[in-house]
Amino acid sequence: MSIVTVQLGQCGNQIGREVFNAICSDVHGTHGLCSKKENESYHDACKERFFCEEESEVPVARAVLVDMEPKVISQTLSVAARSGYWKYDDRSHFCQKQGSGNNWANGYSVHGPRHKEVIMNLVQKEAEKCDRLGGFFTIMSMAGGTGSGLGAFVTQCLRDAFPSSFILNHVIWPYGTGEVIVQNYNSVLTLSHLYQSSDALLVHENDVIHKICAQLMNIKQISFRDVNQVIAHQLGSVFQPTYTAEGGLRYSRNPLGDLMETLVPHPEFKMLGLRNIPQMPENSLAYSTFSWPGLIKHLRQMLIANAKMEEGIDWQVQPPRLGSSLPPSHSTNRPLHFNTSIANLVILRGKDTHSVDLGSFQDPSLYTSWLNPRDAFNAWKTPRAFNKYEKSASLVSNSQFLLKPLDSVVGKAWNMFASKAYIHQYTKFGIEEEDFLDSFTALEQVISSYTIL
Amino acid sequence: SPVSLPFAVGQCGNQVGCRFWDLALREHAAVNKKGIYDEALSSFFRNVDTRSGNDGPGIYKGKICSLKARALLIDMEEGVVNEILQGPLRDLFDSKQLITDVSGSGNNWAVGHKLYGYQYRENIVEKLRKTAEHCDCLQCFFIIHSMGGGTGSGLGTFVLNVLEDEFPEVYRFVTSVYPSGEDDVITSPYNSVLAMKELNEHADCVLPIENESLFDIVNKIHQMISSGKLGSTVKQNSLVTSSTGSASTVQEKPFDAMNNIVANLLLNLTSSARFEGSLNMDLNEISMNLVPFPRLHYLVSSLTPLYTLADVNVPSRRLDQMFSDAFSRDHQLIQADPKHSLYLACALLVRGNVQVSDLRRNIERLKPSLHFVSWNQEGWKTGLCSVPPVGHSHSLLALANNTCVKPTFTELKDRFMKLYKKKAHLHHYLHIDGMEQSCFSEAISSLSDLIEEYNELDATKGGPRTDPSRLQIAV
Repeated sequence: MSIVTVQLGQCGNQIGREVFNAICSDVHGTHGLCSKKENESYHDACKERFFCEEESEVPVARAVLVDMEPKVISQTLSVAARSGYWKYDDRSHFCQKQGSGNNWANGYSVHGPRHKEVIMNLVQKEAEKCDRLGGFFTIMSMAGGTGSGLGAFVTQCLRDAFPSSFILNHVIWPYGTGEVIVQNYNSVLTLSHLYQSSDALLVHENDVIHKICAQLMNIKQISFRDVNQVIAHQLGSVFQPTYTAEGGLRYSRNPLGDLMETLVPHPEFKMLGLRNIPQMPENSLAYSTFSWPGLIKHLRQMLIANAKMEEGIDWQVQPPRLGSSLPPSHSTNRPLHFNTSIANLVILRGKDTHSVDLGSFQDPSLYTSWLNPRDAFNAWKTPRAFNKYEKSASLVSNSQFLLKPLDSVVGKAWNMFASKAYIHQYTKFGIEEEDFLDSFTALEQVISSYTIL
Repeated sequence: SPVSLPFAVGQCGNQVGCRFWDLALREHAAVNKKGIYDEALSSFFRNVDTRSGNDGPGIYKGKICSLKARALLIDMEEGVVNEILQGPLRDLFDSKQLITDVSGSGNNWAVGHKLYGYQYRENIVEKLRKTAEHCDCLQCFFIIHSMGGGTGSGLGTFVLNVLEDEFPEVYRFVTSVYPSGEDDVITSPYNSVLAMKELNEHADCVLPIENESLFDIVNKIHQMISSGKLGSTVKQNSLVTSSTGSASTVQEKPFDAMNNIVANLLLNLTSSARFEGSLNMDLNEISMNLVPFPRLHYLVSSLTPLYTLADVNVPSRRLDQMFSDAFSRDHQLIQADPKHSLYLACALLVRGNVQVSDLRRNIERLKPSLHFVSWNQEGWKTGLCSVPPVGHSHSLLALANNTCVKPTFTELKDRFMKLYKKKAHLHHYLHIDGMEQSCFSEAISSLSDLIEEYNELDATKGGPRTDPSRLQIAV
């Protein structure tokens, strides 16, 4: 099954390009420490998932590029083509001249309806090119105007036009201290709307990735390109082919469906966080060795303690002891910083994955009580190494990972809303105070739901 | 690229405009080596095949044939515009872009606004439409003018009204040169306050400029160069005051240095819309992020660095110095000190070899010493444009919506009241058709209200901060 990627706005398009780059470079890289047959299988699965062969010499990414100004798309198309390994379909893009002015209302209420037909036609074309459509992967930032506002509108259109397809929104959380002054408004409006049409939101926080670049990748002058490459690596580690069942003979063909099934048991809980280890500069890879027990131990503690990366993990945090007679909300056993999960997915790639013991992730104390721990935890594996990492482990988690960031964004937006600052910029384009209130209400509900886990 | 359409109105406006076109050509020539008419150029220039006359069809791609500036030059005296038409930039303009008269406005806002406004309205609308027709996508109008005289101030603000009527959805940015206390035009306070009312009501963003600040910057540069403190030589074309490398090097005129600063301001402001970068910042984004309430749209600007040294290796310490300078008093283009007043919002547009980590490091470093309004504690808007200005490896434009503009306005009000109380020179205005005493009282009232809004904000500075309680929802 194939995934159609929709790249929205500057951020969406810049990241999208790095994602296809990372996937291609992984496939064409070293043979992946596995048998030739395995490698070919992986290659084929990846191709089917993300690329279209057509009559062209290089694989064509299954993607639609959308932006309200032309510079980024123009650059994205040409840089991709220059790689020589892959490219975009030259016709599969739509842009305007004006931009959205960082105005969610402009993106959602003006550009959305105005360009709906053209954009959905492009999406339809891409969908038709797929033998079997596995769903949509949209990439956007919440801070600006196009990715966020137009992105929310397009997601709604996707839901209406493809009611039974899976939609996964990859959402970029902006830096805490501003890229955009109205970013908290735009974020609140985006998240509340996406929650209605999307199946799940997979989040990357700029602040977190920035730290990874600084502390783990040792990059001195960090550019957005550096940040985007780390994000692309992490996404690749999730979406490259894997076996979803123990002893599976074929690479899974329905990655989005599988993801939703394992991680989103209830529509109230759609916020997914992503962790990937190890992360290091490419030139250090050759000198490093890792053991699976070590990696699994770190990943588990990152989950429990809500650590954003593998350095600075708080090892003091432990899951609550089960069997306490006190109800969970009054339990003095429940440590304050413990991150409760609804469901988790661990993805292992590379050497000796078949022998890895993941029992520690099935510990019931990690999870809320509604799901059977056997159902709350899943593992996907492949012996094929990813992107030159001999061993690589990823965690996609539906847990309280994003509770604090969400609460922070809503708090700041509320604070600004109380003063009515900037509201006139939104009402100008048809988003009224009432709409803001609806969005705040929706998100307070999500916050509350995740808090009482 | 989205088009920004400048209107130079009046003597000052056209002198600045002239420097602007010159430096814009220089900037594009520096990046556009092959002489291809590209997206970036199309922001300010049309490409015309002049073989079929100046009104020839626009050529959208391929080699540059003949560049025509997208602009309207308006003056009620001929001197400055004629000079432009006889100078090295003459081929940039054709007669359809000019609106001139001979006698000037006599430093009288009413003559500019009511008399000439009425007289030339149709002409202005017609030429405006023609110019706009040539634009694929019109994003923004720029008015460049001074506040103290008659044409720039009166007719300039009249044009502002026309723009709002005819193209309500296109953003209106105004670069206004405010008169100093020692201005030799006695009635400059009247003209400025009458114009302020128009700016309050019809502009989306105003960038006030004060000649004293420009003058101080020019002096500072002269001093640095002549004192020999700089060690190695300064790159001439990097000076924010310089015309080096542009068409006008030979004929530098007295105010050119000061006007170059304003021209550079406009170039930097539009750089991210014209050139690529990892975090683009368009003019509509500036308006969106920096104007929290409709009338509070006055932005204090600063440009750094003022020059570059010829030695190429710039350690990051110098980069950080650039950020520090942007907040220092002597880099602001009005006499103001944003550091000691209250920020409502701040934008940083960086050009050249600067990355997001440099931005973040400096914001973190400078934040603690700045006062932000309680509902916008992290109120930063940032942009990264890859193409630096000529002669620099990097540069920074800071735009602040800050209560430090207030003194400029209160002083203006005081000077106005000094004249108005004595009814000095009022008759020159009142005998113009359409002018009444109420024009004056409404104008000063508008200014007073604006000052009061800033006062209220200032009163919140340093006060206790109680965040509003969050929405409670039923569990």
